[in-house]
Amino acid sequence: MIPDQLQHQIPALIVLTPLVLGLITALIGRRGLGWWIAMLASLLVFAGSIQLLIDVMHSGTYTVSYLMGNWPVPYGIEYRIDPLNGGVLCTVALISAAVTLFARRSVASEVSRDRLHFFYAVWLFCQTGLLGITITGDAFNLYVLLEISSLATYTLVAMGKGRDRRALTAAINYLVLGTIGASFILLGIGFLYMVTGTLNMMDMAERLDAIYITWGTAEPQYQKTVLTGFAFLFVGVSLKLALFPLHTWLPNAYTYAPAAVSALLAATATKVGAYISIRFIYTIVGTDAAFRGAIPTHVFIMVSAGMAILLGSYLAIKQDNVKKILAYSSIAQIGYIALGFALDNKNGLTAAVIHIFNHALTKGGMFMALGVVAYRLGNTRLQDLRGLGRKLPVSMGAFTAGGLGLIGVPLTAGFVSKWYLVTGAIEAGRYEMAAIVLVGSLLAVVYVWRVVETIYFGKRDEGAPNVQEAPITMLVPMLLLIGASIYFGVDANTTSWIAEAAAETLLGVQP
Amino acid sequence: MLDFLHDHYNYWVTIIIMMIGFYAVVAKSNLVKKAIGLGIFQTGIFLFYISIGKVDGGTAPVKVMGEQTDVVYSNPLPHALILTAIVVSVSTLAVALAIIVNIREKFGSIDEHDLNHLEAEQE
Repeated sequence: MIPDQLQHQIPALIVLTPLVLGLITALIGRRGLGWWIAMLASLLVFAGSIQLLIDVMHSGTYTVSYLMGNWPVPYGIEYRIDPLNGGVLCTVALISAAVTLFARRSVASEVSRDRLHFFYAVWLFCQTGLLGITITGDAFNLYVLLEISSLATYTLVAMGKGRDRRALTAAINYLVLGTIGASFILLGIGFLYMVTGTLNMMDMAERLDAIYITWGTAEPQYQKTVLTGFAFLFVGVSLKLALFPLHTWLPNAYTYAPAAVSALLAATATKVGAYISIRFIYTIVGTDAAFRGAIPTHVFIMVSAGMAILLGSYLAIKQDNVKKILAYSSIAQIGYIALGFALDNKNGLTAAVIHIFNHALTKGGMFMALGVVAYRLGNTRLQDLRGLGRKLPVSMGAFTAGGLGLIGVPLTAGFVSKWYLVTGAIEAGRYEMAAIVLVGSLLAVVYVWRVVETIYFGKRDEGAPNVQEAPITMLVPMLLLIGASIYFGVDANTTSWIAEAAAETLLGVQP
Repeated sequence: MLDFLHDHYNYWVTIIIMMIGFYAVVAKSNLVKKAIGLGIFQTGIFLFYISIGKVDGGTAPVKVMGEQTDVVYSNPLPHALILTAIVVSVSTLAVALAIIVNIREKFGSIDEHDLNHLEAEQE
C-alpha cells in the first residue's frame, strides 16, 4: 500500500510535513488556502502516526528507531518511538486533525481575515513542535522543538486579542513563565551533558547508570551535579506542564485564547509536558536517582498533585466563566496525571499514560463545545448559557457527556483512568492519595453540575438573541472526540494494551 | 574558601548573570524591562554552556596539521548548541516585543500595575 522506502521515513515526515507546509502557508499568503493546507498536513500526520504506532506495537522489542541523515547513534539525532511516545504522538495527531477541522469556522469568526494564513502557519508550527518533542530521542533537540511549540503557542494565545484584549496580557505572562521554564530545561540538560558527554537520551541513561554505581561507595561521582541538573529539569518541565503551584499562567491563557486554540492547547500542550516529565524521570535519570536518591521527588510530586486536584477543582467551582471552569479543571486533571507517574508502579504509570489520552479527548471535545457557544453568543459567561440546552442540543449534550468523563462516571474514559489510578495508589500504600482522587471526583460533580444545571434548567432571558446549532464542520470533530471518549470508556482494551505496554517498557519489565 | 571561589568562577559568573536577569523579570513592572531581563537570564545559561566546553590545556578545535598526535582539543559541541539557543532567545525576544507593542495599542500602557488595574476594571 505505502512504498517501503516511504514507510521507513515516516518518523521524519511526521515532523517535517507540518513544518514545511506551515512555511508554504505563510509564504503563499492566500487567505483562503491556509486552512486547506493545515487540514491536509494534520490528516497526513495522523495517518503517519497511526501507522507508526502499529509498527511499534508489532515490533517485538516495542521500539522503532530512525536515524536522522543516517548518522549513527549517539553522534546524530535519533528519533526513537516506543509505546509511550507512540501513544502520545497519536493523541497529538488525532486532536490536531479534529481541532483543525473545527477551527475553520471558529477561527474565521475570531481572527481578522488578513491574518488567517499567518494563523494557520503558526498553528502548523505549534504542531511541529509538539510532535517533534514527542518523537525525538535527543535531549537538546527536545529543547529546540519545545521552544518552537512554545513560541507558536504564545502567538496563538495572543491572537485572541480580537475578542478580548486580556489575551495579550495572558500571552505575555505565559511567555515570561514559559521562557523561564524552558531555560531551566536547557540548564538541566547542560548539567546532564556535563557529566555524560552525550545528548542522546538512551546513551545518556546508560552512562548515568554507570555513574550511579559509584554512588553507594565512599566516593560518589557527580552526585550533586546530576541531582542539580534533574532539579532544574523537573522545575522547568513542571512550569510547562502547569503542575501546581506553577500553574498560574494557565487559566488566563486558556480563557482568552481563541476557542480552537484553547481546545488544541488543553488537549495537547500540557499532555506533551507530562510526557517530557515521564521521559526524564523514568527513561533518562531513572527512578533510583529521581525518587529513591537524596531528593524524594515523588513525594514533592504527590503533594503538588494532591494540591492541584483539590485546589484546581475547588477554584473551578468558584468561576463564572465556563472556559475558566474548564481551565481550572485542567489543572486538577494534570494533578491526576502527575500523581499517576509519581506512584512509581505499573498501575500508576498506566493511569498517567491512559489519562493523557482520555483527558485529551474529553477536554478537547468540551472546549470545542464552548467554542460553539462562543461562535454563537460571542462569550462564555455562565449566566449567558442559561437555557442553551434546548437551543444547542448537540453541543450541550456533548459538553454534558464530556463533563461526566471529567467526573469519571463508569462507561466514560475518565472512569478507566481513575480506576487504574486508585488501584495504583492503593498498591503503593498511598491511601490518602486514593482518597484525594475520590474527593476530587466529588468536587468535579459540583462544578460540572453547576454548568449542566444552568444549561438545562436555567431560563433564557427575555429578548435574548435566538441561537442556532453550530455548522456541521464544528459539530463533527466535537462529536468525534466525545464519542471516542465514551467508546474508549466502554471498550478500553486497545488503550490499556498500549498504556500497559508503555508502563512496562518504562519500568523495564520484559514484555 | 578562596580556592572554592576561584576554581568555580565560571559558575559564579553564570549564577550572578542569571540572577541579575531573574531579578529584572520578577521586580520590574515595565514589560520591556522584563523582556530584557529574560534575555540576560538566558545569556547566563549560554555562558555556562560555553564554559563547560573548555578542556584543560585544550586548543581550538581545528585539526592541527603535521606529525603531532597527542593534541588536546576543546569541545566544540556546546558552542554549536548555543548558536541554536541564541536564535531561540532572539526569537523569544521578538515575539515578546511584538506582544508588548500590541498591549500598548490595546491598553495604552506597558506597566504591569496599570495593566492589572485596567483588567480588574474590565471584569
